[in-house]
Amino acid sequence: MNKKNENYDVVVIGGGSAGLSAAIEAKRNNASVLLIEREDELGGILKQCIHPGFGILQFKENLTGPEYAEKLIMEIEKLQISYLLNTLVVDISKEKKIVAISPDKGILNIKAKAIVLSMGAREKDRGSILIPGSRPSGIYTAGVAQRFININGYLPGRDVVILGSGDIGLIMARRFTLEGANVKAVYEIQDKPSGLKRNIAQCLNDFNIPLYMSKTVVEIIGKERLEGVIISDVNSNLEPVKGTEEFVKCDTLLLSIGLIPENELSKKALILVSDKTNGPFTSEIFETSVDGIFAAGNVLQIFDLVDYVSETGMISGKFASLYAKSELQNRESKKAINIMEGENIKTVFPQKFSFTSDLVLFIRPSIEVNHPVFIDVADGFFRVKRQYARIGEIMRVKVPLEVLKDLNRDFKVSLFDLKE
Amino acid sequence: MADLKKFVCIVCPLGCDIEVESIEETLLFKGNKCKKGEEFAKEELEAPKRVLTTTVKVKGGVIKALPVKSDKPILKNQIFEVLKILALLEVEVPIKIYDIILKNVLNKDVNIIATRSIKKEE
Repeated sequence: MNKKNENYDVVVIGGGSAGLSAAIEAKRNNASVLLIEREDELGGILKQCIHPGFGILQFKENLTGPEYAEKLIMEIEKLQISYLLNTLVVDISKEKKIVAISPDKGILNIKAKAIVLSMGAREKDRGSILIPGSRPSGIYTAGVAQRFININGYLPGRDVVILGSGDIGLIMARRFTLEGANVKAVYEIQDKPSGLKRNIAQCLNDFNIPLYMSKTVVEIIGKERLEGVIISDVNSNLEPVKGTEEFVKCDTLLLSIGLIPENELSKKALILVSDKTNGPFTSEIFETSVDGIFAAGNVLQIFDLVDYVSETGMISGKFASLYAKSELQNRESKKAINIMEGENIKTVFPQKFSFTSDLVLFIRPSIEVNHPVFIDVADGFFRVKRQYARIGEIMRVKVPLEVLKDLNRDFKVSLFDLKE
Repeated sequence: MADLKKFVCIVCPLGCDIEVESIEETLLFKGNKCKKGEEFAKEELEAPKRVLTTTVKVKGGVIKALPVKSDKPILKNQIFEVLKILALLEVEVPIKIYDIILKNVLNKDVNIIATRSIKKEE
Protein backbone atom coordinates (compact mmCIF):
# COMPACT_ATOMS: atom_id res chain seq x y z
CA MET A 1 0.00 0.00 0.00
CA ASN A 2 1.12 3.46 -0.89
CA LYS A 3 1.37 5.95 1.98
CA LYS A 4 1.90 9.52 0.87
CA ASN A 5 2.57 12.59 2.95
CA GLU A 6 1.56 16.00 1.67
CA ASN A 7 1.44 19.51 3.08
CA TYR A 8 -0.86 22.33 2.03
CA ASP A 9 -1.85 25.75 3.33
CA VAL A 10 -5.55 25.08 2.77
CA VAL A 11 -7.27 21.74 2.21
CA VAL A 12 -10.90 21.89 1.11
CA ILE A 13 -13.00 18.81 1.75
CA GLY A 14 -15.86 18.46 -0.74
CA GLY A 15 -15.94 19.80 -4.31
CA GLY A 16 -19.51 21.09 -4.61
CA SER A 17 -20.48 24.74 -4.88
CA ALA A 18 -19.15 25.64 -1.42
CA GLY A 19 -15.85 23.78 -1.78
CA LEU A 20 -15.21 25.04 -5.32
CA SER A 21 -15.83 28.62 -4.21
CA ALA A 22 -13.59 28.20 -1.15
CA ALA A 23 -10.75 26.68 -3.17
CA ILE A 24 -10.92 29.45 -5.76
CA GLU A 25 -10.86 32.20 -3.15
CA ALA A 26 -8.03 30.57 -1.16
CA LYS A 27 -5.93 30.23 -4.31
CA ARG A 28 -6.64 33.85 -5.27
CA ASN A 29 -5.27 34.77 -1.85
CA ASN A 30 -2.02 32.97 -2.72
CA ALA A 31 -2.40 29.91 -0.54
CA SER A 32 -1.36 26.43 -1.65
CA VAL A 33 -4.65 24.60 -2.04
CA LEU A 34 -5.79 20.99 -2.31
CA LEU A 35 -9.44 20.19 -3.04
CA ILE A 36 -10.57 16.65 -2.17
CA GLU A 37 -13.71 15.19 -3.79
CA ARG A 38 -15.12 11.69 -3.29
CA GLU A 39 -16.92 11.43 -6.64
CA ASP A 40 -15.38 11.01 -10.08
CA GLU A 41 -16.17 14.62 -11.06
CA LEU A 42 -16.23 18.03 -9.39
CA GLY A 43 -19.55 19.82 -8.99
CA GLY A 44 -21.37 17.99 -6.24
CA ILE A 45 -25.16 18.11 -6.27
CA LEU A 46 -25.17 20.82 -8.97
CA LYS A 47 -24.45 18.20 -11.63
CA GLN A 48 -27.83 16.54 -11.15
CA CYS A 49 -29.86 19.75 -10.68
CA ILE A 50 -30.55 20.24 -14.38
CA HIS A 51 -33.28 22.85 -13.77
CA PRO A 52 -32.69 26.66 -13.71
CA GLY A 53 -32.60 28.92 -10.66
CA PHE A 54 -28.86 29.10 -9.95
CA GLY A 55 -26.69 32.21 -9.99
CA ILE A 56 -29.49 34.79 -10.18
CA LEU A 57 -27.94 36.88 -7.42
CA GLN A 58 -24.29 36.09 -8.03
CA PHE A 59 -24.01 36.25 -11.82
CA LYS A 60 -27.33 38.00 -12.64
CA GLU A 61 -28.08 35.02 -14.89
CA ASN A 62 -30.61 32.24 -14.43
CA LEU A 63 -28.45 29.15 -14.89
CA THR A 64 -29.08 25.45 -14.54
CA GLY A 65 -27.03 23.55 -11.94
CA PRO A 66 -24.58 22.04 -14.45
CA GLU A 67 -23.91 25.46 -16.01
CA TYR A 68 -23.21 26.97 -12.60
CA ALA A 69 -20.87 24.07 -11.76
CA GLU A 70 -19.01 24.40 -15.05
CA LYS A 71 -18.43 28.12 -14.44
CA LEU A 72 -16.75 27.31 -11.12
CA ILE A 73 -14.85 24.30 -12.49
CA MET A 74 -13.42 26.38 -15.35
CA GLU A 75 -12.05 28.80 -12.76
CA ILE A 76 -10.49 25.87 -10.83
CA GLU A 77 -8.71 24.77 -14.03
CA LYS A 78 -7.70 28.32 -14.94
CA LEU A 79 -6.14 28.89 -11.50
CA GLN A 80 -4.53 25.43 -11.73
CA ILE A 81 -5.86 24.40 -8.34
CA SER A 82 -4.80 20.86 -7.35
CA TYR A 83 -7.65 18.47 -6.76
CA LEU A 84 -8.15 14.78 -6.06
CA LEU A 85 -11.16 12.86 -7.38
CA ASN A 86 -12.49 9.50 -6.17
CA THR A 87 -10.85 10.33 -2.84
CA LEU A 88 -12.71 9.95 0.42
CA VAL A 89 -11.59 11.74 3.58
CA VAL A 90 -12.06 9.29 6.43
CA ASP A 91 -10.53 11.19 9.32
CA ILE A 92 -9.50 14.69 10.35
CA SER A 93 -7.96 15.73 13.63
CA LYS A 94 -7.88 18.97 15.61
CA GLU A 95 -4.24 19.24 14.54
CA LYS A 96 -5.50 19.38 10.95
CA LYS A 97 -4.10 16.00 9.91
CA ILE A 98 -6.24 14.47 7.21
CA VAL A 99 -6.47 10.80 6.26
CA ALA A 100 -8.01 10.04 2.88
CA ILE A 101 -8.38 6.92 0.74
CA SER A 102 -8.56 6.46 -2.99
CA PRO A 103 -8.55 3.40 -5.29
CA ASP A 104 -5.43 4.42 -7.19
CA LYS A 105 -3.46 6.32 -4.55
CA GLY A 106 -4.20 4.17 -1.51
CA ILE A 107 -3.99 5.85 1.88
CA LEU A 108 -3.09 9.53 1.89
CA ASN A 109 -1.85 11.43 4.90
CA ILE A 110 -2.26 15.13 4.32
CA LYS A 111 -1.26 17.96 6.64
CA ALA A 112 -3.03 21.29 6.34
CA LYS A 113 -2.48 24.64 7.99
CA ALA A 114 -6.19 25.35 7.55
CA ILE A 115 -9.16 23.21 6.52
CA VAL A 116 -12.45 24.15 4.90
CA LEU A 117 -15.21 21.63 5.51
CA SER A 118 -17.71 21.62 2.64
CA MET A 119 -19.15 18.10 2.63
CA GLY A 120 -22.70 19.19 1.98
CA ALA A 121 -25.74 17.34 3.24
CA ARG A 122 -27.56 14.03 3.02
CA GLU A 123 -31.28 13.29 2.68
CA LYS A 124 -33.54 12.03 5.43
CA ASP A 125 -34.70 8.53 4.45
CA ARG A 126 -37.40 6.04 5.37
CA GLY A 127 -35.49 5.13 8.53
CA SER A 128 -35.65 8.74 9.75
CA ILE A 129 -39.45 8.65 9.92
CA LEU A 130 -39.86 4.88 10.46
CA ILE A 131 -42.57 4.09 7.91
CA PRO A 132 -43.91 0.63 8.84
CA GLY A 133 -44.52 -2.13 6.33
CA SER A 134 -42.52 -4.38 4.08
CA ARG A 135 -39.23 -3.47 2.42
CA PRO A 136 -39.75 -3.76 -1.32
CA SER A 137 -37.72 -1.97 -3.96
CA GLY A 138 -39.15 1.23 -5.41
CA ILE A 139 -38.67 3.53 -2.42
CA TYR A 140 -36.17 6.32 -3.04
CA THR A 141 -35.28 9.66 -1.57
CA ALA A 142 -36.01 12.35 -4.14
CA GLY A 143 -32.33 13.20 -4.63
CA VAL A 144 -31.39 9.59 -5.32
CA ALA A 145 -34.17 9.33 -7.91
CA GLN A 146 -32.89 12.57 -9.43
CA ARG A 147 -29.42 11.07 -9.72
CA PHE A 148 -30.75 7.89 -11.34
CA ILE A 149 -32.60 9.88 -14.00
CA ASN A 150 -30.24 12.78 -14.67
CA ILE A 151 -26.85 11.12 -14.22
CA ASN A 152 -27.39 7.40 -14.84
CA GLY A 153 -30.16 7.69 -17.43
CA TYR A 154 -32.59 5.31 -15.70
CA LEU A 155 -36.30 5.80 -15.06
CA PRO A 156 -36.76 4.41 -11.53
CA GLY A 157 -40.52 3.86 -11.82
CA ARG A 158 -43.74 4.69 -13.68
CA ASP A 159 -46.49 5.17 -11.08
CA VAL A 160 -45.20 7.63 -8.53
CA VAL A 161 -46.33 8.90 -5.14
CA ILE A 162 -44.31 11.65 -3.45
CA LEU A 163 -44.14 12.22 0.29
CA GLY A 164 -43.09 15.77 1.24
CA SER A 165 -43.74 19.04 -0.59
CA GLY A 166 -40.15 20.36 -0.34
CA ASP A 167 -38.55 21.69 -3.50
CA ILE A 168 -36.68 18.47 -4.34
CA GLY A 169 -39.94 16.52 -4.33
CA LEU A 170 -41.69 19.13 -6.46
CA ILE A 171 -38.83 19.27 -8.97
CA MET A 172 -38.91 15.46 -9.23
CA ALA A 173 -42.68 15.45 -9.73
CA ARG A 174 -42.05 17.46 -12.88
CA ARG A 175 -38.99 15.42 -13.90
CA PHE A 176 -40.81 12.08 -13.71
CA THR A 177 -43.76 13.52 -15.62
CA LEU A 178 -41.52 14.82 -18.41
CA GLU A 179 -39.99 11.34 -18.72
CA GLY A 180 -43.44 9.80 -19.21
CA ALA A 181 -44.20 8.54 -15.72
CA ASN A 182 -47.51 9.09 -13.94
CA VAL A 183 -47.13 11.14 -10.76
CA LYS A 184 -50.31 10.45 -8.81
CA ALA A 185 -50.01 12.91 -5.93
CA VAL A 186 -47.78 14.77 -3.49
CA TYR A 187 -48.63 14.31 0.19
CA GLU A 188 -47.45 16.79 2.82
CA ILE A 189 -47.66 16.11 6.56
CA GLN A 190 -47.86 19.80 7.53
CA ASP A 191 -50.88 21.98 6.75
CA LYS A 192 -48.79 24.22 4.44
CA PRO A 193 -46.50 23.27 1.54
CA SER A 194 -42.80 23.76 2.25
CA GLY A 195 -41.50 24.34 -1.29
CA LEU A 196 -41.38 27.62 -3.20
CA LYS A 197 -44.76 28.83 -4.49
CA ARG A 198 -43.47 29.01 -8.01
CA ASN A 199 -42.37 25.37 -7.85
CA ILE A 200 -45.90 24.37 -6.85
CA ALA A 201 -47.06 26.29 -9.91
CA GLN A 202 -44.57 25.01 -12.47
CA CYS A 203 -44.10 21.47 -11.14
CA LEU A 204 -47.58 20.49 -9.91
CA ASN A 205 -50.25 22.85 -11.29
CA ASP A 206 -48.73 22.74 -14.79
CA PHE A 207 -49.31 18.98 -14.87
CA ASN A 208 -52.47 18.80 -12.74
CA ILE A 209 -50.66 16.82 -10.06
CA PRO A 210 -52.70 17.09 -6.85
CA LEU A 211 -51.10 18.26 -3.59
CA TYR A 212 -52.71 17.04 -0.37
CA MET A 213 -51.89 18.66 2.97
CA SER A 214 -52.02 17.12 6.45
CA LYS A 215 -51.49 13.59 5.19
CA THR A 216 -48.70 11.05 5.46
CA VAL A 217 -47.70 7.52 4.48
CA VAL A 218 -48.41 5.06 7.31
CA GLU A 219 -47.61 1.76 5.64
CA ILE A 220 -45.67 0.30 2.72
CA ILE A 221 -47.28 -2.53 0.77
CA GLY A 222 -45.39 -4.77 -1.61
CA LYS A 223 -43.32 -7.93 -1.68
CA GLU A 224 -40.39 -7.50 -4.05
CA ARG A 225 -41.52 -4.29 -5.71
CA LEU A 226 -43.65 -1.59 -4.16
CA GLU A 227 -47.35 -2.17 -4.85
CA GLY A 228 -48.87 0.75 -2.99
CA VAL A 229 -48.91 2.90 0.11
CA ILE A 230 -51.46 3.53 2.84
CA ILE A 231 -52.17 7.24 3.20
CA SER A 232 -53.67 8.64 6.38
CA ASP A 233 -54.84 12.08 7.53
CA VAL A 234 -52.91 13.59 10.42
CA ASN A 235 -54.18 15.78 13.26
CA SER A 236 -52.70 19.05 14.50
CA ASN A 237 -50.03 17.05 16.39
CA LEU A 238 -49.07 15.35 13.13
CA GLU A 239 -50.35 12.01 14.43
CA PRO A 240 -52.23 9.70 12.02
CA VAL A 241 -56.01 9.76 12.47
CA LYS A 242 -57.44 6.24 12.70
CA GLY A 243 -60.17 5.52 10.21
CA THR A 244 -58.85 7.86 7.51
CA GLU A 245 -56.60 5.31 5.82
CA GLU A 246 -56.76 4.84 2.06
CA PHE A 247 -54.74 2.60 -0.25
CA VAL A 248 -52.94 4.35 -3.11
CA LYS A 249 -51.55 2.07 -5.79
CA CYS A 250 -48.04 2.95 -6.98
CA ASP A 251 -44.72 1.33 -7.91
CA THR A 252 -42.50 4.17 -6.70
CA LEU A 253 -42.46 6.21 -3.53
CA LEU A 254 -40.26 9.32 -3.41
CA LEU A 255 -39.32 10.71 -0.03
CA SER A 256 -38.66 14.43 0.05
CA ILE A 257 -38.64 14.85 3.81
CA GLY A 258 -35.61 16.97 4.60
CA LEU A 259 -31.84 17.34 4.42
CA ILE A 260 -29.27 16.94 7.18
CA PRO A 261 -25.84 18.58 7.12
CA GLU A 262 -23.13 15.93 6.83
CA ASN A 263 -20.97 16.48 9.92
CA GLU A 264 -19.48 13.07 10.73
CA LEU A 265 -15.98 14.39 9.92
CA SER A 266 -16.57 17.60 11.88
CA LYS A 267 -17.36 15.55 14.97
CA LYS A 268 -14.14 13.57 14.53
CA ALA A 269 -12.19 16.81 14.86
CA LEU A 270 -14.22 17.55 18.01
CA ILE A 271 -15.90 20.54 16.37
CA LEU A 272 -18.97 21.75 18.27
CA VAL A 273 -22.16 21.23 16.28
CA SER A 274 -25.39 23.14 16.90
CA ASP A 275 -28.66 21.30 17.51
CA LYS A 276 -30.57 24.10 15.79
CA THR A 277 -28.75 24.16 12.46
CA ASN A 278 -27.20 20.65 12.68
CA GLY A 279 -24.00 22.34 11.55
CA PRO A 280 -20.90 23.68 13.30
CA PHE A 281 -21.08 26.82 15.45
CA THR A 282 -19.07 29.42 13.55
CA SER A 283 -17.93 33.02 13.67
CA GLU A 284 -18.47 35.58 10.89
CA ILE A 285 -15.43 34.24 9.05
CA PHE A 286 -17.04 30.78 9.24
CA GLU A 287 -14.34 29.44 11.51
CA THR A 288 -15.59 26.58 13.71
CA SER A 289 -14.84 26.01 17.40
CA VAL A 290 -11.49 24.55 16.32
CA ASP A 291 -8.91 27.14 15.30
CA GLY A 292 -8.10 27.02 11.61
CA ILE A 293 -10.98 24.71 10.65
CA PHE A 294 -13.65 26.53 8.65
CA ALA A 295 -16.99 25.37 7.23
CA ALA A 296 -19.07 26.41 4.25
CA GLY A 297 -22.29 25.53 2.43
CA ASN A 298 -24.87 22.91 3.35
CA VAL A 299 -22.57 21.38 5.97
CA LEU A 300 -23.25 24.58 7.98
CA GLN A 301 -27.01 24.61 7.53
CA ILE A 302 -29.37 23.74 4.71
CA PHE A 303 -29.44 26.59 2.20
CA ASP A 304 -32.05 27.22 -0.48
CA LEU A 305 -29.98 29.45 -2.80
CA VAL A 306 -26.64 28.34 -4.24
CA ASP A 307 -25.52 31.97 -4.36
CA TYR A 308 -25.45 32.05 -0.55
CA VAL A 309 -23.63 28.70 -0.47
CA SER A 310 -20.92 30.12 -2.70
CA GLU A 311 -20.67 33.23 -0.54
CA THR A 312 -19.95 31.16 2.59
CA GLY A 313 -17.40 29.27 0.48
CA MET A 314 -15.65 32.46 -0.60
CA ILE A 315 -15.52 33.86 2.93
CA SER A 316 -14.20 30.56 4.36
CA GLY A 317 -11.62 30.23 1.61
CA LYS A 318 -10.34 33.76 2.06
CA PHE A 319 -9.98 33.52 5.82
CA ALA A 320 -8.60 29.98 5.72
CA SER A 321 -5.79 31.25 3.51
CA LEU A 322 -5.17 34.25 5.78
CA TYR A 323 -5.10 31.90 8.79
CA ALA A 324 -2.68 29.55 7.02
CA LYS A 325 -0.29 32.40 6.37
CA SER A 326 -0.67 33.75 9.92
CA GLU A 327 -2.15 36.94 8.51
CA LEU A 328 -5.42 36.99 10.44
CA GLN A 329 -5.83 40.21 12.42
CA ASN A 330 -7.59 40.65 15.73
CA ARG A 331 -7.03 37.11 16.91
CA GLU A 332 -6.65 37.81 20.60
CA SER A 333 -7.41 41.53 20.79
CA LYS A 334 -11.13 41.35 21.48
CA LYS A 335 -13.22 38.51 22.88
CA ALA A 336 -15.86 37.10 20.54
CA ILE A 337 -19.52 37.79 21.36
CA ASN A 338 -22.56 35.61 20.74
CA ILE A 339 -25.31 36.20 18.20
CA MET A 340 -28.72 34.95 19.26
CA GLU A 341 -32.24 34.56 17.93
CA GLY A 342 -34.55 37.42 18.91
CA GLU A 343 -38.21 37.90 18.03
CA ASN A 344 -39.72 36.06 15.07
CA ILE A 345 -36.43 34.35 14.23
CA LYS A 346 -36.20 30.57 14.10
CA THR A 347 -32.43 30.30 13.53
CA VAL A 348 -29.64 32.73 12.81
CA PHE A 349 -26.07 32.00 11.92
CA PRO A 350 -23.20 32.50 12.25
CA GLN A 351 -23.53 32.32 15.98
CA LYS A 352 -20.43 34.28 16.98
CA PHE A 353 -18.91 37.63 16.07
CA SER A 354 -15.13 37.86 16.37
CA PHE A 355 -14.63 41.43 15.10
CA THR A 356 -12.53 40.17 12.19
CA SER A 357 -14.78 40.93 9.23
CA ASP A 358 -18.14 42.24 8.03
CA LEU A 359 -20.94 40.05 9.37
CA VAL A 360 -23.07 38.23 6.80
CA LEU A 361 -26.10 36.81 8.60
CA PHE A 362 -28.34 34.01 7.32
CA ILE A 363 -31.73 34.10 8.99
CA ARG A 364 -34.68 31.74 9.09
CA PRO A 365 -37.81 33.68 10.08
CA SER A 366 -40.47 31.99 12.18
CA ILE A 367 -43.35 34.05 10.75
CA GLU A 368 -44.75 34.42 7.27
CA VAL A 369 -45.37 38.03 6.17
CA ASN A 370 -46.12 39.00 2.57
CA HIS A 371 -45.39 42.68 2.95
CA PRO A 372 -42.29 44.62 4.07
CA VAL A 373 -40.54 43.69 7.30
CA PHE A 374 -37.41 44.92 8.96
CA ILE A 375 -34.55 43.01 10.51
CA ASP A 376 -33.03 44.48 13.66
CA VAL A 377 -29.50 43.73 14.81
CA ALA A 378 -28.52 44.37 18.43
CA ASP A 379 -31.59 46.38 19.39
CA GLY A 380 -31.25 49.15 16.86
CA PHE A 381 -27.52 49.10 16.07
CA PHE A 382 -28.40 48.12 12.53
CA ARG A 383 -31.73 47.82 10.74
CA VAL A 384 -32.60 46.77 7.24
CA LYS A 385 -35.87 46.45 5.31
CA ARG A 386 -36.92 43.42 3.31
CA GLN A 387 -39.91 42.91 1.01
CA TYR A 388 -41.29 39.85 2.81
CA ALA A 389 -40.50 37.05 5.23
CA ARG A 390 -41.27 33.41 4.39
CA ILE A 391 -40.75 30.46 6.66
CA GLY A 392 -39.18 28.32 3.94
CA GLU A 393 -36.76 31.01 2.69
CA ILE A 394 -33.49 32.11 4.22
CA MET A 395 -32.87 35.87 4.47
CA ARG A 396 -29.38 37.31 4.10
CA VAL A 397 -28.25 40.49 5.84
CA LYS A 398 -24.76 42.00 5.66
CA VAL A 399 -23.71 44.14 8.63
CA PRO A 400 -20.47 46.12 8.14
CA LEU A 401 -17.69 45.57 10.68
CA GLU A 402 -17.65 49.37 11.18
CA VAL A 403 -21.17 49.26 12.67
CA LEU A 404 -20.44 46.49 15.16
CA LYS A 405 -16.88 47.24 16.22
CA ASP A 406 -17.87 49.02 19.42
CA LEU A 407 -20.29 46.34 20.61
CA ASN A 408 -19.11 44.52 23.70
CA ARG A 409 -22.09 42.35 24.59
CA ASP A 410 -23.93 39.36 23.16
CA PHE A 411 -26.68 40.54 20.83
CA LYS A 412 -29.92 39.42 19.21
CA VAL A 413 -31.22 39.49 15.69
CA SER A 414 -34.97 40.12 15.42
CA LEU A 415 -37.60 40.51 12.72
CA PHE A 416 -40.51 42.92 12.85
CA ASP A 417 -43.58 43.40 10.69
CA LEU A 418 -43.44 46.96 9.31
CA LYS A 419 -47.20 47.30 9.56
CA GLU A 420 -47.22 46.72 13.31
CA MET B 1 -68.88 40.37 -18.35
CA ALA B 2 -65.73 40.15 -16.26
CA ASP B 3 -63.47 37.13 -16.37
CA LEU B 4 -60.98 36.57 -13.54
CA LYS B 5 -57.93 34.31 -13.79
CA LYS B 6 -55.23 33.73 -11.17
CA PHE B 7 -51.60 32.77 -11.69
CA VAL B 8 -48.48 32.41 -9.59
CA CYS B 9 -45.71 34.24 -11.42
CA ILE B 10 -42.64 32.05 -11.91
CA VAL B 11 -40.26 34.68 -13.28
CA CYS B 12 -38.40 35.36 -10.01
CA PRO B 13 -38.32 33.89 -6.46
CA LEU B 14 -40.98 36.36 -5.19
CA GLY B 15 -43.72 34.25 -6.74
CA CYS B 16 -46.38 37.00 -6.78
CA ASP B 17 -50.03 35.94 -6.98
CA ILE B 18 -51.29 37.73 -10.06
CA GLU B 19 -54.96 38.27 -10.87
CA VAL B 20 -55.98 39.08 -14.42
CA GLU B 21 -59.42 40.45 -15.10
CA SER B 22 -60.61 40.71 -18.69
CA ILE B 23 -63.37 43.31 -18.97
CA GLU B 24 -64.64 43.58 -22.53
CA GLU B 25 -61.52 44.30 -24.58
CA THR B 26 -59.10 45.27 -21.79
CA LEU B 27 -56.96 43.32 -19.35
CA LEU B 28 -56.49 44.49 -15.75
CA PHE B 29 -53.50 43.13 -13.81
CA LYS B 30 -53.33 43.01 -10.01
CA GLY B 31 -50.74 41.61 -7.59
CA ASN B 32 -47.57 41.80 -9.66
CA LYS B 33 -44.71 43.76 -8.12
CA CYS B 34 -43.01 44.44 -11.47
CA LYS B 35 -43.64 44.74 -15.19
CA LYS B 36 -42.24 41.25 -15.88
CA GLY B 37 -45.15 39.82 -13.91
CA GLU B 38 -47.64 41.60 -16.15
CA GLU B 39 -45.89 40.25 -19.26
CA PHE B 40 -45.87 36.77 -17.75
CA ALA B 41 -49.57 36.88 -16.90
CA LYS B 42 -50.45 38.14 -20.37
CA GLU B 43 -48.55 35.27 -21.96
CA GLU B 44 -50.11 32.75 -19.55
CA LEU B 45 -53.52 33.79 -20.83
CA GLU B 46 -52.70 33.78 -24.52
CA ALA B 47 -49.96 31.19 -25.04
CA PRO B 48 -48.31 29.78 -21.91
CA LYS B 49 -44.64 28.93 -22.42
CA ARG B 50 -42.03 27.16 -20.31
CA VAL B 51 -38.27 26.69 -20.55
CA LEU B 52 -37.70 22.96 -21.00
CA THR B 53 -34.87 21.21 -19.14
CA THR B 54 -34.25 17.52 -19.62
CA THR B 55 -31.49 15.04 -20.49
CA VAL B 56 -30.46 13.42 -23.75
CA LYS B 57 -28.76 10.06 -24.19
CA VAL B 58 -24.99 10.05 -24.77
CA LYS B 59 -23.42 7.46 -27.08
CA GLY B 60 -20.76 5.32 -25.43
CA GLY B 61 -18.52 6.84 -22.75
CA VAL B 62 -18.81 7.01 -19.01
CA ILE B 63 -21.34 9.85 -18.77
CA LYS B 64 -24.71 8.49 -19.89
CA ALA B 65 -26.91 11.58 -19.87
CA LEU B 66 -26.34 15.10 -21.22
CA PRO B 67 -28.37 17.81 -19.50
CA VAL B 68 -29.98 20.19 -22.00
CA LYS B 69 -32.32 23.16 -22.03
CA SER B 70 -34.36 25.10 -24.53
CA ASP B 71 -32.66 28.45 -25.17
CA LYS B 72 -36.11 30.12 -25.13
CA PRO B 73 -39.44 29.12 -23.56
CA ILE B 74 -41.47 26.56 -25.54
CA LEU B 75 -45.27 26.50 -25.85
CA LYS B 76 -46.56 24.42 -22.94
CA ASN B 77 -48.79 22.35 -25.22
CA GLN B 78 -45.81 21.38 -27.40
CA ILE B 79 -43.49 20.23 -24.62
CA PHE B 80 -44.34 16.52 -24.86
CA GLU B 81 -43.94 16.59 -28.64
CA VAL B 82 -40.43 18.03 -28.19
CA LEU B 83 -39.64 15.44 -25.50
CA LYS B 84 -40.62 12.62 -27.83
CA ILE B 85 -38.21 13.92 -30.47
CA LEU B 86 -35.41 14.28 -27.87
CA ALA B 87 -36.03 10.75 -26.58
CA LEU B 88 -34.90 9.38 -29.96
CA LEU B 89 -31.65 11.36 -30.00
CA GLU B 90 -28.21 10.06 -29.13
CA VAL B 91 -25.39 12.59 -28.98
CA GLU B 92 -21.69 11.92 -29.42
CA VAL B 93 -18.78 13.24 -27.37
CA PRO B 94 -16.99 15.60 -27.21
CA ILE B 95 -19.62 18.20 -26.39
CA LYS B 96 -19.00 21.83 -25.52
CA ILE B 97 -21.42 23.62 -23.19
CA TYR B 98 -24.07 25.52 -25.21
CA ASP B 99 -23.57 23.35 -28.34
CA ILE B 100 -26.86 23.16 -30.23
CA ILE B 101 -28.23 19.63 -29.89
CA LEU B 102 -31.43 20.24 -31.84
CA LYS B 103 -31.95 23.30 -33.99
CA ASN B 104 -35.28 25.07 -34.66
CA VAL B 105 -37.41 22.65 -32.69
CA LEU B 106 -40.81 22.16 -34.34
CA ASN B 107 -39.87 24.92 -36.78
CA LYS B 108 -40.00 27.57 -34.07
CA ASP B 109 -37.04 29.81 -33.37
CA VAL B 110 -36.01 27.67 -30.36
CA ASN B 111 -32.92 25.49 -30.01
CA ILE B 112 -32.13 22.75 -27.51
CA ILE B 113 -28.64 23.37 -26.15
CA ALA B 114 -26.19 21.46 -23.93
CA THR B 115 -25.81 22.79 -20.38
CA ARG B 116 -22.46 21.10 -19.74
CA SER B 117 -19.34 20.02 -21.59
CA ILE B 118 -18.36 16.38 -21.89
CA LYS B 119 -14.78 15.52 -22.88
CA LYS B 120 -14.04 12.78 -25.36
CA GLU B 121 -12.56 10.28 -22.89
CA GLU B 122 -15.42 10.63 -20.38
